[in-house]
Amino acid sequence: MSVVAAETAEVVLSSGWFLENAFIIPIIPAVAFALIIFFGKRMPMKGSEFGIASMVGALVMSVGAGYQWIQRVNGAPEEAYIEPIIRTWTWWQNGGIPLGIGQHIDGLSIVILIVVAFISTLVQIYSTEYLHGDRRYTHFFASLTLFSAGMLNMVVAENMIQLILGWELMGLCSFMLIGHWWEDGANSRAALKAFFTTRTGDIGLLVGTSVLYFAANDWTQKTLGVSGFSIRGLSAWALSGEPSSTAITVGAVALFIAAIGKSGQFPLHTWLPDAMAGPTPVSSLLHSSTMVVAGVFLVARIFPVFYEGMNIYGSNVNFIIVIGAITIVIAAALAFVQTDIKKVLAYSTVSQLGYMMMGLGAGAWLPAVFHIFTHAFFKACLFLAAGSISHSASHHSFDMKKDMGGLRKFMPITFGTWIVSTLALAGVFPFSGFFSKDEIIDNVGYAGYTIFMWVGLLGAFMTAAYMTRATYLTFFGAPRGAAAGEHHDEHDAHGHDAHDDHDAHATHDAHAAHDAHGHDAHASHGPRESGPLITIPLIILATLAMGSGLLNAVPFGSEWENFKKWIEPRGQVVSVTGIDHSAGSHGESRVIQPEARVTAGYESDCGKKTPTDGVCYAPQLKHAKFKWSKAALSLAIVAAGIIISWFVSVQLYTRRNKVLVGLTQRNKLLGAGYAFLVNKYYLDVLYEKIIVRSIAYPISRGAYWINQNILDGIVNGAGTGSKTIAGWVYRNIDQRVVDGAVNKSGDAAQGAGSIVRPVQSGKVNQYGALLFGAAAIGALVLVIINT
Amino acid sequence: MIASDVLVAQNVGFAIIAALMIFGALRVVTTNNVVHAALWLVVVLAGAAAQYILLAAEFVAVTQVMVYIGAVMVLFLFGTMLTRARIGAEKDLNNKNWYIGLPVAGLLLVTILIALKDGFGDEKMPADADLFTVAQVSDLIFGPYLLPFWALSFLLLAAVIGAIVLARRD
Amino acid sequence: MFVNQFLMLAAILFCIGVYGVIVRKNAVLVLMSIELILNSVNINLIAFSLRNGSADGHTFALYVIAVAAAEVGVGLAMVLLMYRNRRSVGLDELSGMKG
Repeated sequence: MSVVAAETAEVVLSSGWFLENAFIIPIIPAVAFALIIFFGKRMPMKGSEFGIASMVGALVMSVGAGYQWIQRVNGAPEEAYIEPIIRTWTWWQNGGIPLGIGQHIDGLSIVILIVVAFISTLVQIYSTEYLHGDRRYTHFFASLTLFSAGMLNMVVAENMIQLILGWELMGLCSFMLIGHWWEDGANSRAALKAFFTTRTGDIGLLVGTSVLYFAANDWTQKTLGVSGFSIRGLSAWALSGEPSSTAITVGAVALFIAAIGKSGQFPLHTWLPDAMAGPTPVSSLLHSSTMVVAGVFLVARIFPVFYEGMNIYGSNVNFIIVIGAITIVIAAALAFVQTDIKKVLAYSTVSQLGYMMMGLGAGAWLPAVFHIFTHAFFKACLFLAAGSISHSASHHSFDMKKDMGGLRKFMPITFGTWIVSTLALAGVFPFSGFFSKDEIIDNVGYAGYTIFMWVGLLGAFMTAAYMTRATYLTFFGAPRGAAAGEHHDEHDAHGHDAHDDHDAHATHDAHAAHDAHGHDAHASHGPRESGPLITIPLIILATLAMGSGLLNAVPFGSEWENFKKWIEPRGQVVSVTGIDHSAGSHGESRVIQPEARVTAGYESDCGKKTPTDGVCYAPQLKHAKFKWSKAALSLAIVAAGIIISWFVSVQLYTRRNKVLVGLTQRNKLLGAGYAFLVNKYYLDVLYEKIIVRSIAYPISRGAYWINQNILDGIVNGAGTGSKTIAGWVYRNIDQRVVDGAVNKSGDAAQGAGSIVRPVQSGKVNQYGALLFGAAAIGALVLVIINT
Repeated sequence: MIASDVLVAQNVGFAIIAALMIFGALRVVTTNNVVHAALWLVVVLAGAAAQYILLAAEFVAVTQVMVYIGAVMVLFLFGTMLTRARIGAEKDLNNKNWYIGLPVAGLLLVTILIALKDGFGDEKMPADADLFTVAQVSDLIFGPYLLPFWALSFLLLAAVIGAIVLARRD
Repeated sequence: MFVNQFLMLAAILFCIGVYGVIVRKNAVLVLMSIELILNSVNINLIAFSLRNGSADGHTFALYVIAVAAAEVGVGLAMVLLMYRNRRSVGLDELSGMKG
């Protein structure tokens, strides 16, 4: 014992009130939600004051906690393990299993707390103007505030159950917010779609949590004295060399499915663009920086589970990185064919989330988290700018082709903030996106995933190109439609925001209630700049979009890597008994670690070997060395994307170049590609027409669709081809064999369908028979397997 | 220790009651008279209460008698009388699904019996087990299983309101 | 006493109940069959309680009884409503759930 003591260094970590009481942060908006619901309508500002005040309170507490966290880290030696501030209370217990609630505050939660509270505050301020006079103004703020409470609760969550609580709260609130104008059928459909699609993924969350609990509980109870739900316990368990590879892989895959649903990864990304039906502030909050980030956060939070379960660093390819890479490319491709400006941004979000997932999958934890941070600012800014355009310039339309163009002269502030954010999104030096996205790409390549690095570069090219297209259509060229001052029927417009909001304005106009806001006459004059409640949040966000990258500016040298120092969990072997909480004042903890491990440059074996004299809470992560040559390559690719896209846009949309205009109509291959993209890879068709309908009409519907879309297509294709080659092929094979086969198979499918259809008889007894029959067969299978 | 002759008596008692229960249950699902079905159900429920006593669960047995035979059966008889003016044998109590019902129930039975035989073989009940006291049960209900108890209270409230709303004539 | 004798009795009652749920047309009789199923579950709970020497099974058996009482109350209310609207309690005529 004395020998060990001689080699150890005692590390005293400072703490503070804000860190100790960070669990209050989600409670503030939760209380505000109750206040808005009960008293909101009677307040002078219809409840929005509660929402804004609670978000400001949460922001102040988050920033205070952030400050104290930085002090805590700065006070410790380099490479020393920084103990997170964990507090737990028993929430409820059942059958002897206590379920805790509390806080787990470390660098990751601090970052997300600040981002969420900050963006929520700005969005709420922006909403006071954007939704002014809306008929469900108070309810809107109630949902928005509860939503923030859910996200903040998820971020501070100490265990998986608390995390699920926040996660589900967000799901519910997103449903209410997306369907805010539910009178329009498209909006309520979009809300349902978002809800059901994310629910599909949520099954994975429940399954994964249960699997991990049962696999880990014994170990965590014995070693750390915490339950198998504890995030910290799970992290340590994953790296302990204890878990069987099956259990942890199944758990990790199930949890990642949840992340796919929530974060809009392929193939469950289809809900995200539709969710643009909600009011623009909602899109800005939910779909740029909070809800969709929840999935990425989940992966980052219990990263060790994914690290071990997916064998990150240990293999050339894994589930997370593949899904991330697919998402980057397919979403970016979809962004090219959108005419709705918000849908371009939605697909861009999907694509950027793909980057974060790809980064996490490659073990580039820090760049991925940093990308969450920078992306939140510039994407929120882009969404709010889009909202500003529709609010003040394009008569509540979001259609870039019909109602925008040439707006840079009318809306200088919106234009300026948009350009800054676009450059940040495209990853142009020195805007923030460069520092995060380039780091992801760089680290993916460094960790040995070369192919995925090229996918990332391709994605960067596409990002630059589609954002240039959107910018050109919106701000350059000649004004069109509403932007030119024309008034057209709102029902033609793509933006679903349109008419309800307008109705609300109209009723208020009758009362002459808000002349000062200048809304009342907006049909009579052309586009103009929005009011200060909209532009000030834009300017703040644009400033951050420009500067936030400097927090982890790897190119400028290691002293600029503050984010890494403050946020990244240090992969150190920590003695289980070596943390003494009793000493010192409230929340101060002393970590006793061997001397060698707290000096700079020490590399532990966490994540590589089983720790022998303690536990690891995080794997030792790899970091790529920055090289200007690599950055120059990606910058050149981005520049090429911007220039090519600019040239094509000018030719296509302004000069109406004859070679380019109508190219998709003339060239069949391009036309097919375009149709494929416009129809979103037919995934919606797949989900709604095949999977959903097949529950109602088991086989016949699916067979019909295949008959119509695939078999007929094949037959037609074969027919055309064979005609040109030789007539007899057409007559003999196509007409007689293939068509005959198609007709027969169609008949067979319909026959099969009509056999199965009586299953849905509506008779209770038969449903009972099916239920018990299925149970009997399931039980029989289990019996056979087990004997 | 319980003497071996008590064990014999227990086994004989079990066999008689079990046979009665199975016969009663079969009559419940085959009889042509709704009131008879309800009365046969009483036999099964009373038999179950007797089995609980064999299994050292006196409190549950008493509850079974009071709640099931006392309350639920009265509800059934009321339900029968309120919905059928005529009390007596009827023809069309069954639908034509016996060709589905028999295989499903049979398959289920065979599966469960195989699984039980496999799982428990000839494992015996502990012969010298103590009776479970009401205090033990209540400690569990108001201790570790308090949450289900709350949920259940809520369910009962909802059921009361639901039943009133459904059955009242406006 | 074997553990299995109680479990097998419960299994038999369960399957008889399942048969009743499937073949009975009268809604009241279907409810009775469901009672058979619930009772067989209770026998299982109590049997395992004795085998494992813990009173947990008793707790849940009581919960099941309470749930069953609630279920019968609501179920019979629904049957009454059905009878009032259609003058019949035949489940065959109810096919509003037809997909």
